[in-house]
Order: sequence, then C-alpha cells, then structure tokens
Amino acid sequence: MKYAYYPGCSAESTARDQYMSVGQVARALDIDLVELKGWTCCGSTPAHQTSKTLAIALPAANLLMAKKLDLDMVVFCASCYNRMKVANHEIQNNASIRQKVAKYLGEDYDGKVRVRHFVEVLINDIGIPKLQKHFTHTLDGLKVASYYGCLLVRPADVTGFDDPENPTLMDRLVKSMGGESIDWPHKVACCGGGFAISRTDIVVELSNSILDMAKSSGAQCITVACPMCQINLDMRQGDISKMKKTTYEMPVVYITQLLGLCLGISWRKLGMNKCIVSPKPVTDVVKELV
Amino acid sequence: MAIVISKKKKAETLMDAVESISGVHIGDCLQCKKCSNGCPVAGITSIGPAETIRRLQLNTDDESFENDLIWMCVSCETCYARCPMKIDMAAVMDALRVLTVRKSTPPLKENVHLFNKSFLKTVRLFGRTYDLGMIAAYKAGTGSYMQDTDKFPMMLRKRKIALLPSLKGDKKYIKRIFRTKD
Repeated sequence: MKYAYYPGCSAESTARDQYMSVGQVARALDIDLVELKGWTCCGSTPAHQTSKTLAIALPAANLLMAKKLDLDMVVFCASCYNRMKVANHEIQNNASIRQKVAKYLGEDYDGKVRVRHFVEVLINDIGIPKLQKHFTHTLDGLKVASYYGCLLVRPADVTGFDDPENPTLMDRLVKSMGGESIDWPHKVACCGGGFAISRTDIVVELSNSILDMAKSSGAQCITVACPMCQINLDMRQGDISKMKKTTYEMPVVYITQLLGLCLGISWRKLGMNKCIVSPKPVTDVVKELV
Repeated sequence: MAIVISKKKKAETLMDAVESISGVHIGDCLQCKKCSNGCPVAGITSIGPAETIRRLQLNTDDESFENDLIWMCVSCETCYARCPMKIDMAAVMDALRVLTVRKSTPPLKENVHLFNKSFLKTVRLFGRTYDLGMIAAYKAGTGSYMQDTDKFPMMLRKRKIALLPSLKGDKKYIKRIFRTKD
C-alpha cells in the first residue's frame, strides 16, 4: 500500500512524537508513506481567518504535488486534513475559486486527489482483523477516552470522516487493542485549537472542561489524532492546575502511540518521552500477548 | 410626507459584504439558535452566533463590529454542523474578521489578528511555520514577552519546539502564492 504523505508543520516541532509514531506504525504494517518533497504549510486557521483564496491555494499547492505522484494523500494533523478537504470541496464546487487558485498556483488543479486520515487508512484499507494479527501486546483493559475534537469530523459533508456527533473510529481501534473505550460526552468538544498562544485563557477554559469530563468518566488516558488537541490538553494541564486549582495528571497520547505499543515498538521510538504529563500509566499497563 | 423612490443602486450593506466574502446567504437563518447553544465560547462572549447573524440581517453596521465573538470564535464549526439551514457560520465569522481588519485605522492591535499575521509571515518566509520566529514576532507585536517563558526550556529539551526553521519547503512556490492577489 502506497500513499503520498503530508506530515504538516507541527510534525517538525510540537508534534515530532506524532511524526515518529506514524512512521513507526506505518513501517510495522508495511504501509509505504512517500513524504511529499518540498511540502509547504496548509495555512491552517490563520489563513482562513485572513483570506479565503489564500486558505485554499496553500493546501491546493500540496494536493497538486500528490496529484503528480498519482497517489492518495495521507494526513495525520486534523487541521491540515480539514484544510485539504475544504480545498478539494471548494475547488470542485466553485468555478470562480478554482480559477483564482489556478492563478495563484500557475497551474489548474481539479480538486480530485483523495485525502485520507491515517486512522481511516488503518480501519478502511487495512481493517481491524488484519491489524489484530500484527499485535504482540495488549492494552489490557486500559480505560481510554477517545477525543476527536473539531476538525476531523466537521463539517461532516466536507470531511466525511465519521459521524459528526458520535464518531467511533478511534474507539474501535482502542477496543481492537484490548483497551476499554469509555463512553463520554466530550468526544467532539473543542480544546481551543489554534488559540494556544493568542487566547490561552480560552484554551485553559475549554481544555479544562474536556479533562474534567474524561477524569469523571473514569478515563486513565486520553487518546487523540490531532497535534493541537495533544499539545493543548497535555501542556496546558500545568496552567490549569495553577488557574483552576485542580490537577488531572491525565496522559494525552496519540492513537498511533497506543498502536505502536501494541505492535511491540518501544515507547521511546514512539516519542512518548516527549509527553509532558507522564505516560507511565499507559506504558505500565501494556502487556505482552500470550 | 413625500415618499421618494430612488432609482439609484443602494449602497452595499455590511450583510452584502459578508455574503460576498463568505458565500453564505444570511437571509436563510431562522433564528433557531442551535448555533448559540452549541457554541463553546458563547457563554463568555457578549453575544452568540445567532445574534451575530440577526444583527447582520437588521443591518446594524456598527453594532455588528462591536462584537467580541469576532475574535473569540475558535472556528470549531459546531454551529455549522448543527445548523438546520446549513449556514456556514464559521465562514461568516471569517468574513467579519476580514472586514474588521480592513476598516481598522490605525492597524488593529488584537491578539488573534497579530498571531495570524506572525504565523503567515513565517510561512511566507520559510514555506512552513517556524514556531520560535512566530512566537517572537507575536510577542513583539503584543508586548507579551513573559507569556509561557516557563515552558521553553522543557519544550526545547524535549525537542517539542524546533530551534531553527525547516528549510525543506518549496519556497519559490510559496513566494508565488503570497505575491498573487485575487
């Protein structure tokens, strides 16, 4: 299985652990991820808050690179994924945008490269039964809260990731690894996303309510598929305990880190030493399958 | 009283401007307020998304801009997901931000706007974001030099923040995109 891979800017800084774990899991499962040469930023939230055409031209530039390889594009970052999907959607449905984008890129793009989240690839292209054959370890009943956030699931008719109010893709992966996927109401709540620096107060408020709900629902860890969700929920726990006087000590790990552990990959190779809240409650539970 | 019927084209209203930037038809809104109920920040802003739309429908130009939701909206798109009329409220908020920036003299000193500018500046320069450069530009703009400084040593030690910008992005391509105008 071969895909064009768009890691996204955070893979080179705050989400190096995501980049490492995606790479490790792909290797273990024989998924060939061809990183796009010279990929550029998708523009994320700052671009769409500034100019609609720029916000579509930036991801379209990368989609055009994937088109030239004639491969589906795999993305992990939820924001990049969302922007790629929106760009395809707009270009396909709005002729004047398509023309403007062609002027920006110096080349026409038809909006037809298939954009896939790595989790979708695992579930739909590989499938859970085949995944399970590769597992050497189990999560042994670890109580995991799957947190999807905003941009994977919304807008549903554009991303088509899963149900926008009650997605289950990550829950299914957790169950397949022998973990207990807890039922909780904040799966698609917002962590504050791109406001990490500009409006930390809002991030603290929103992330606090997510962490609080995960804890009261009995979760031992939260699993995510988005670098912004990860850094907000993980790094801001310190600020939350200062400002809200409550401490959660809730590990926030990428779904690919859990998968990596079950595939028998060491936690260091999965970048789990980069977690700010110690992931020890997770790594301690993982047991070898007998 | 004489009623004068003018044949002159009416001046563009704020609602027209928002519609042309966002591609959303504001008149579709039924004021069911599902958007305001689902909005994660509506509890801490002065008005929610439903009232933002209502103000546009009523053409209250100034009041539409006196709205803290414009810079507190997190673009989570819950409003859009729950709207029975499929109004892309997040796009309406984007349009209001664009128009706020456009009409601001002197240039707007708003955290989210300054962050967006710093972010896009590093993308324009390097092709990819460069966190340290972006944070430095943002702090210089806002004067918030001390924010999060406690976290830098740990972030650097864990290599969760890159010291140098990535040089692998296609810079020629990015320059072309940023140079082009609509």
